[in-house]
Amino acid sequence: MPRRTDIESILVLGSGPIVIGQACEFDYSGTQACRVLREEGYRVILANSNPATIMTDPDFAHRTYVEPLDVDVVAAIIDRERPDAVLPTLGGQTALNLAVGLHERGAFTDTGVELIGASIEAIRTAEDRERFKAAMTEIGLAVPASGFAYNLDEAMAVADDIGYPLIVRPSYILGGKGTGIAGDATELRRLAAEGLDASPISEILVERSIAGWKEFELEVMRDRADNCVVVCSIENLDPMGVHTGDSITVAPAQTLSDVEYQRMRDAAFACIRRIGVETGGSNIQFATDPATGEMVVIEMNPRVSRSSALASKATGFPIAKIAARLAVGYTLDEIPNDITGMTPACFEPTIDYVVTKVPRWAFEKLPGATGILGTRMQSVGEAMAIGRTFPESLQKAMRSLELGRYGLNCDPAEKAYDDLDEGELVRRSAVATPDRPFHLEAALRRGISVDRLASATAVDPWFLDQILAIVEERAELERVGFAAMDRASWRRAKRLGFSDAQLAYLWSMDTRTVRAGRETQRVSPTFKTVDTCAAEFDATTPYHYSTFEDESEVRPSDRRKIMILGSGPNRIGQGIEFDYCCVHASFALRDAGFETIMVNCNPETVSTDYDTSDRLYFEPITEEDVLDIIEAEQPEGVIVSLGGQTPLKLAGVLPRGLVLGTSPESIDLAEDRDRWNVLCNRLEIPQPAGGTASTLDEALVITGRIGYPALVRPSYVLGGRAMEIVYNDEDLARAMAELASFGTLGIEGGLSAERPVLVDRFLEDAIEVDVDALRDATGEVLIGGVMEHVEEAGVHSGDSACVIPPPTLSSAVVKVIEGYTRAIADELDVRGLINVQYAVKSGQVFVIEANPRASRTVPFVAKATGVPLAKIAARIMVGATLAELREEGLVRLPATGGHVSVKEAVLPFNRFPDVDTILGPEMRATGEVMGVDVTFGMAFAKSQLAAGNRLPTSGAVFFSLADRDKAAGLAVAARFAELGFDIIATENTAIGLKDLGIPVSEVVAKIGEDGTDAVGLIESGRVQLVVNTPRGRGPRADGRHIRTTANVRNVPCLTTVAAARAAAAGIAELIRRPVEVRSLQEFHAADQLRLDV
Amino acid sequence: MTITAAQLVLSDGEIFEGEAIGAVPENGITTGEVVFNTALSGYQEILTDPSYAGQIITFTYPHIGNYGVTELDDEASEPHCRGLIVRDLARRPSSWRSRGDLSEFLSAHGMAGIAGIDTRRLTRHIRDAGAMPGAFGTAPTEDLFASARHEPGTDNVDLAGVVSTKEPYLVGDGPRHVVAYDFGIKRSILRHLMPHAKVMVVPASTPAEAVLERKPDGVFLSNGPGDPAAVGYGVDAVRALVGRVPIMGICLGHQLLARALGGETYKLPFGHHGANHPVRRDRDGVVEITSQNHNYAVADGTVPDAEITHRNLNDGVVEGLRVADAQLFSVQYHPEAGPGPHDASYLFDDFVRLMDTGRTH
Ligand SMILES: Nc1ncnc2c1ncn2[C@@H]1O[C@H](COP(=O)(O)OP(=O)(O)O)[C@@H](O)[C@H]1O
Ligand SMILES: Nc1ncnc2c1ncn2[C@@H]1O[C@H](COP(=O)(O)OP(=O)(O)O)[C@@H](O)[C@H]1O
Ligand SMILES: [Mg+2]
Ligand SMILES: [Mg+2]
Repeated sequence: MPRRTDIESILVLGSGPIVIGQACEFDYSGTQACRVLREEGYRVILANSNPATIMTDPDFAHRTYVEPLDVDVVAAIIDRERPDAVLPTLGGQTALNLAVGLHERGAFTDTGVELIGASIEAIRTAEDRERFKAAMTEIGLAVPASGFAYNLDEAMAVADDIGYPLIVRPSYILGGKGTGIAGDATELRRLAAEGLDASPISEILVERSIAGWKEFELEVMRDRADNCVVVCSIENLDPMGVHTGDSITVAPAQTLSDVEYQRMRDAAFACIRRIGVETGGSNIQFATDPATGEMVVIEMNPRVSRSSALASKATGFPIAKIAARLAVGYTLDEIPNDITGMTPACFEPTIDYVVTKVPRWAFEKLPGATGILGTRMQSVGEAMAIGRTFPESLQKAMRSLELGRYGLNCDPAEKAYDDLDEGELVRRSAVATPDRPFHLEAALRRGISVDRLASATAVDPWFLDQILAIVEERAELERVGFAAMDRASWRRAKRLGFSDAQLAYLWSMDTRTVRAGRETQRVSPTFKTVDTCAAEFDATTPYHYSTFEDESEVRPSDRRKIMILGSGPNRIGQGIEFDYCCVHASFALRDAGFETIMVNCNPETVSTDYDTSDRLYFEPITEEDVLDIIEAEQPEGVIVSLGGQTPLKLAGVLPRGLVLGTSPESIDLAEDRDRWNVLCNRLEIPQPAGGTASTLDEALVITGRIGYPALVRPSYVLGGRAMEIVYNDEDLARAMAELASFGTLGIEGGLSAERPVLVDRFLEDAIEVDVDALRDATGEVLIGGVMEHVEEAGVHSGDSACVIPPPTLSSAVVKVIEGYTRAIADELDVRGLINVQYAVKSGQVFVIEANPRASRTVPFVAKATGVPLAKIAARIMVGATLAELREEGLVRLPATGGHVSVKEAVLPFNRFPDVDTILGPEMRATGEVMGVDVTFGMAFAKSQLAAGNRLPTSGAVFFSLADRDKAAGLAVAARFAELGFDIIATENTAIGLKDLGIPVSEVVAKIGEDGTDAVGLIESGRVQLVVNTPRGRGPRADGRHIRTTANVRNVPCLTTVAAARAAAAGIAELIRRPVEVRSLQEFHAADQLRLDV
Repeated sequence: MTITAAQLVLSDGEIFEGEAIGAVPENGITTGEVVFNTALSGYQEILTDPSYAGQIITFTYPHIGNYGVTELDDEASEPHCRGLIVRDLARRPSSWRSRGDLSEFLSAHGMAGIAGIDTRRLTRHIRDAGAMPGAFGTAPTEDLFASARHEPGTDNVDLAGVVSTKEPYLVGDGPRHVVAYDFGIKRSILRHLMPHAKVMVVPASTPAEAVLERKPDGVFLSNGPGDPAAVGYGVDAVRALVGRVPIMGICLGHQLLARALGGETYKLPFGHHGANHPVRRDRDGVVEITSQNHNYAVADGTVPDAEITHRNLNDGVVEGLRVADAQLFSVQYHPEAGPGPHDASYLFDDFVRLMDTGRTH
């Protein structure tokens, strides 16, 4: 069956902001989909609120709507564009739920739009746990005993007939939201309540817990002709009870006999057929009882998923691309396999290596979170590693995580586990935490038996024995010693994944010596190819990984080659924005005739798609691995400044002259506080008073000079890691102590003379401004965008909303800022991008910091102005000048003026009910959204809606303000009163309001006093919006209770006056007119017109 | 850790370094035709499949032995292949089904193997140069090389006769009566036939008359090792059966049937050995993912008035044929799986229908 000709235009639904459970894997799948559908000649319309994605680049779709993924808004897009079809299966759970919402609203029937990929019926049967169970039972597949509940009593009733332990699983959720295992009635009561909240249809499944069983996943594809194939099988190292997204997972399944595997395969096909997913990919999860092999179905996701992205990268089989083709009518046998070029996509990939995925968490940024893993996904990113054996891939994965680990222990950090006694080691291993794999290795090294560990942890003995192989090899290496290592021993060690750094630690010597010793024994990595067919056919796609075998398959070409270092696993502070920059560099350099070589280890990303660059190396981004690739490929240059801090840290160790763009010296200069101060003084650019200290006494001297409040922060970190505002000597002492302790900053290297802390005067109520600029070798500087932050300085740039063009800054101030930026760029002799942050206090501009590299805001600026900053930067780094690029048409005048763009941060608090939601200098956002409109108010309102904070247009607003916010805050309250809201307030705030003659409809008691207190009020559901600005710190403060309650009850809660003011502006607009939608292409075109005349 | 270094030497002189596993042959040498199999699971079924007689099996998946061994997975009473080549032999298996580990199994059956090999390099070499004889073991390189060169390979060697049962035996209790030629039959095949028929398994050399005397409802031609051209007696027997009784053939059985019908067979460069081969059923275009294990194939367009029912999507190789009025059909691949997907198990129902109604569908 060929491509459908009865449809011409297709609306692709994206997945919105990066949140826990839904990361850039959907940019990868959406981007592939848009590409394919364009190639097929369809008119592609895209809806996605996330500006940091590649898919929202104006040239990936004919019409790109960066608008909130909200039923009404998308309905408006459908009305405006009248697509023939809507494709919801490549935008994660968000797109799927959106499709259901649109259907219920009649958006499809009214307009005669067809849903392709999966029918509403299929989505419902898969996502509604009750229908799913019924369907599975109907086709004779086992599911754990369970019952459904729509309220607490029903939940308790189910418990009575099934018995404990039980798991609560809400319908239509993602990342295990609202799930949890209850050991008794009290726990169940709590979890059931949360679960009912989490489910959009308040339906929960109360199910017998089979925690401890083995968990498997199959990635399945089906076409219109009912051909089904399994793309990949995945086995979780962590047993049932730990969300697959938080589990270490391994492909292919390791411990399934063919008999069991085929049974699972048959079940998967029966499942996808019964659910009725006509075309595309689905992810089906199974559990088996390790003692009897009994198999049950856990769930099916009738869409491309996180695991699909993993399966694609693990096998080379482009699931999303093929799913898109199937959706428009092709059958699997009609689609060629890109990798072999000669065989069709209708086959089952087979692989000759092992893939291990390890999640990365951010608990250190979320004080209050337990750090224990369960059925709710909590990780913010993941790394994938490929090796010929499991031990090799596991060790590579561990060093890919960039937690400062050299592999699976055998590094300084292992001390933490080796200090524990045997019993404690086993106890800790039994609890799933980010540290579990390290505990397991330490326990085995301690001589604890595989069987004892297996029964304590329910981790399969095969995996434990493989780790034991690493342990035994380590002992052997210790015995032999560096001097006596012969070729065979080197090979054995490297084949088990030992990094040179681990060996250097083991033999207490430096890595360079280890490397040299190894190379004299002629032991160097060989590069193999990911080819979907275990070498049965010749592969045409250069997608490689390193291992230690006989034969290397890489043949460097004679073209001009540029290597781009990616940004590794997503983490708070370094996410998709940097992948966007790397991908853009690759595209731009490819267009300019270079061969591009991408190095990255993040399976979710577009950069690790096999056809994004000419060559892809799926490798850890460490000194050893990167140097090996450089040796194999001999590139003429390496780009380190687009992938965030990860590649930047390597700048110093790469061969001289290979680093492209701004020199490593300049990069250091910007980080080295003293030299930076000298620079600013020379340029007469004011900075907040401050200094550097590596001891408390030094710090006290500084605060003695500059006074409080002061801001304390480590150097060489990203995302305001461990940054704190201190108001007095006690705060300062605590902060310094924390920095010194290995704990918080272990990852970044702790506190030392080389890594002193910066102590600055904290500028209160200052407006923060971000600037992204470009500079070329001739010294021309292009200001990409000047962003005014909504929240005042003190809220991390990554956590605050920002606006282009600046709504309140005077043109004089903007001039000053642009001037400073030029001066700094010149002084640092920048070649490419630079990001400078300023704080403007009563008209005076202070520079906070400058980073001569790509920043988090580059994609946002590009979307707001239509100027592809990252592409231009890449070209500048290989010698082009802005003038030349202007000629080419790559550099255009920024398109602003006609519209206002607001970037809003998306925070993970709804997953961490115990974490205080107050914003500060430490970044905690996982993602961002963009709102675009002709007025600031509407753009801001859109950004809030996109971020999931539905601003009310009527009802009551509850104010509780810190004294220093009173003046400004009361004015905002007045505005809300004007807009017709009831104002409810705490005592002091209320008094202030009454003085201004603002009616207060209700005054709430202090927490603890009698009468309804704030918490009771919010729980009563009588407030639609909370404005609470921080007073004192710590859990005991009222503010915290208010914020966490609002969070749990998901009532929008604003923690700064500035945000409240912006919200009022937005609400005013929402009251005045309906939300209208417009595509980026239209906004840009309109402005270009204005600019041309 | 005691590791005995060993080498694999191919007849064209390629050398691979590894370590000895399994049984130890007294002269320290194991020879055979080196082939590779790309299946991710099912190593025990593969090792015990009589069709591998005379061959050394390279597993492209690096970890072999992970879930141990169990009699339940044997395709024959003992392995018939000459040896195995792996990247990594599991140290400790883990599975509720397991009754022992693979290295014990190898020793118990006197089978030698070699581990630690860059099996991907080996696979790429065979892919490009074709399946070829090789020798591995602890013996000196030149001895291994010599044995590799003297290894006859499989062309024109009758291996089916060697692995076939010497005496007829009866299995199954289904209502029908089937005679199954054992050219190296797999237990999975018998498991599929047994519910439908009493199956008399007869030696490869059984003449047609002896079969017809039994008045079977149908005759089954099994899989088996080696070159169909070397099994002339089988071809003659089949020729005498064609048209007189419904026939189903699998793998070697399919090739013998083709030759009996006047068709030709030829040797593929490195054969099909795996569990992921896409095959299109011409009848309705549906694609089956199939288990395959063959070095020889039926030459397209050489079988007079037979209809080609199935083709390999990767390389177009003939995968199935049928002569409706002669009431016979055969496939090159393995609908019985063991190991592999179950997509084609319907073919056994077709055989039953053929015996009952004279039509497959
Ligand atoms: N009956 C159960 N007993 C124990 N753990 C379970 C059970 N059902 C699911 N889980 C665990 O909960 C996790 C999340 O459940 P799942 O339905 O997959 O949520 P999501 O839709 O977010 O993936 C699973 O990965 C599994 O580890
Ligand atoms: N002197 C200061 N006064 C007020 N706020 C500051 C000051 N210095 C930094 N900040 C705040 O701290 C945040 C993080 O500081 P920054 O140097 O940007 O850390 P990072 O480099 O990790 O992003 C900034 O976005 C700003 O809001
Ligand atoms: Mg799941
Ligand atoms: Mg799900």
